[in-house]
Amino acid sequence: MSEELTGAEITIRCLQAEGVDCIFGYPGGAVLFIYDELFKQNKVRHILVRHEQAAVHAADGYARSSNKVGVALVTSGPGVTNAVTGIATAYMDSIPMVVISGQVPTNAIGLDAFQEVDTVGITRPCVKHNFLVSDISELAITMKKAFYIAATGRPGPVLVDIPKDVTQQKMVFTYPEKIAMRSYNPVIRGNPKQIKKAVELILGSQRPVIYTGGGIILSDAAKQLTELTKMLNFPCTNTLMGLGGYPATDRQFIGMLGMHGTYEANMAMQYCDVLIAIGARFDDRVIGNPKHFFNESRKIIHIDIDPSSISKRVKVDIPIVGNVPDVLKELIKLLKSTKEDPDQTALNEWWKQIELWRERDCLKFDRQSDIIKPQMVVEKLYEVTKGDAFVTSDVGQHQMWAAQFYKFDKPRRWINSGGLGTMGFGMPAAMGVQFANPKGKVACITGEASIQMCIQELSTCRQYRLPLKIVNLNNRYMGMVRQWQEFFHGNRYAESYMDALPDFIKLAESYGHVGMRIERPEDVEGALREAFKLKDQLVFLDFITDQTENVFPMVPGGKGLSEMILV
Amino acid sequence: MRHIISLLMENEAGALSRVAGLFSARGYNIESLSVAPTEDPTLSRMTLVTSGSDEVIEQVTKQLNKLIEVVKVIDLIDGNHIERELMLVKIRATGADRDEIKRLADIFRGCIIDVTDKSYTIELTGTSSKLDAFLGAIDNSAVLETVRTGASGIGRGDWVLKV
Repeated sequence: MSEELTGAEITIRCLQAEGVDCIFGYPGGAVLFIYDELFKQNKVRHILVRHEQAAVHAADGYARSSNKVGVALVTSGPGVTNAVTGIATAYMDSIPMVVISGQVPTNAIGLDAFQEVDTVGITRPCVKHNFLVSDISELAITMKKAFYIAATGRPGPVLVDIPKDVTQQKMVFTYPEKIAMRSYNPVIRGNPKQIKKAVELILGSQRPVIYTGGGIILSDAAKQLTELTKMLNFPCTNTLMGLGGYPATDRQFIGMLGMHGTYEANMAMQYCDVLIAIGARFDDRVIGNPKHFFNESRKIIHIDIDPSSISKRVKVDIPIVGNVPDVLKELIKLLKSTKEDPDQTALNEWWKQIELWRERDCLKFDRQSDIIKPQMVVEKLYEVTKGDAFVTSDVGQHQMWAAQFYKFDKPRRWINSGGLGTMGFGMPAAMGVQFANPKGKVACITGEASIQMCIQELSTCRQYRLPLKIVNLNNRYMGMVRQWQEFFHGNRYAESYMDALPDFIKLAESYGHVGMRIERPEDVEGALREAFKLKDQLVFLDFITDQTENVFPMVPGGKGLSEMILV
Repeated sequence: MRHIISLLMENEAGALSRVAGLFSARGYNIESLSVAPTEDPTLSRMTLVTSGSDEVIEQVTKQLNKLIEVVKVIDLIDGNHIERELMLVKIRATGADRDEIKRLADIFRGCIIDVTDKSYTIELTGTSSKLDAFLGAIDNSAVLETVRTGASGIGRGDWVLKV
């Protein structure tokens, strides 16, 4: 007979059994027994953050950069409510994550106990699934289900709420090796008939485009995507979430598409005759106004693991539900076995058209400026890191410039909150990235507004000696808000000026980090080089940039993809 | 168009709120919803009456299927089916009205299940539109109270929703 373990021990044993090496959290009353067990072992490392939102973002960055399930641990009540922004961020971007939350004891639930909140209720709309473990006999199986659900199918965050008394009760621990759920069976293989139809459509195409999103990254399908694209010599565009899915330095890459996508990508999307959408969901920031999108007719193949993503905003012709790399392998196999090729003359004409669009040079900016242009900082960061850094970002103009000017050749290098658009994501996510990739170079491209939303994490970075490079594009404005106010609200800059900014250099130094202020364009590269030479230090680089710079091209809200505002 | 979505889901605490939450979060309408355990106590059967365009209904069924606790979803409108709803209605019944209401209940094959000197309580089953018709046939001001279960539905013949 095996010995009985407490619920707290079982929780930790489950994490160990799942191969979790690192979790992010913040203790509190309801999780004290779990923390006690964490203390007594050394297989699972706990990283203490300074705010629960950061714990979840860090677990998120960890997951995005490693394809392992990220784990966060928070206490009941305010611990959970602070975590909600992080959970919703992960949910919108389909990030595999398990969040363990403490709950008041079962006999206190519903009595408005101290630090009680209806965690399952509050998080329900922003998790893939959640559980309240009301009896210790369900604990191990629930943890197993949580990891299984989080990582399979379309991934997402799963929350396990554990009342304090359950962590004290005892039971013999057994961890199931496998799990089967009658109500949850994600599809893996695509329907062969649909794949065959897709091949026919591809072979008949004259102006094809491959459009891919975060699904390529999440399912590790970059290899298959590259093979398919190369084999067909088709143009490929990535969404904000899909950057790195196809090498950005390759000729066939036509840039990011969407609201701040390239001219060539958006025009190609609008005027293609066959669109191959893979692991992408046609969201409002990507195709703009769907009515305008359908002013031009085209056939659409849509490959996605989530049936509900298909024909949600845009009606498609050939839906293929399945795991993206598996479907792509089948597609490649079938294409190889047919003797036919798409019409090469038409394809060459199409490429000529795309090159003409490309010559428009839509990402140009003033390189002679006396004031630092934010685009230039990102370009220099790319050069200095040889395109090999992990780059996280916050949300706003800097995020778009990072996406436009840092050329991601590999997946899982570009980490940003695309769906929810969470300011404050960048630095805590970078912490998670650094823990998952201890030897990797990690930069956080941010702005003076976003960075202040989780600035307290400078303390966590100090405690664990995380050598992040914070690239602060400081224009003293909430830049994207300011840009919209300039374009659409008659230059009335309501509350978008960031007054009373701290001295970021002193702030960084007060936490024991290095701070640098860079005010002249000619100092940008040197500062970046110096920062990356400081291998063991977090360096806060405060770049004083042009306040008036805007992100171009821009598809205004409600407009069509070919209605871009250009520089 | 009106649709009758019938689904099987794990009989677990909170499962109902996931369905209800999904409808409110995504702006789908619910005309009625009824739910109870099946002969297998681990499963609940839910009938949801909703309306919307084909695109909306496609999303509704996809989103329902996506819920982890939902095992199977069908739209009864896709085939031959039977629909029933139960209504209890308390009606003021005095003087000459008493006979008239009794006759009306008989016509609609309702049962009078409670009687006082001032009222009848009538039990009526049928399609939702039959219940509507009954209410339409009596003087609105005489209706003291109505309780309706919402529709339940089942496929005809061999069409069975089972795990």
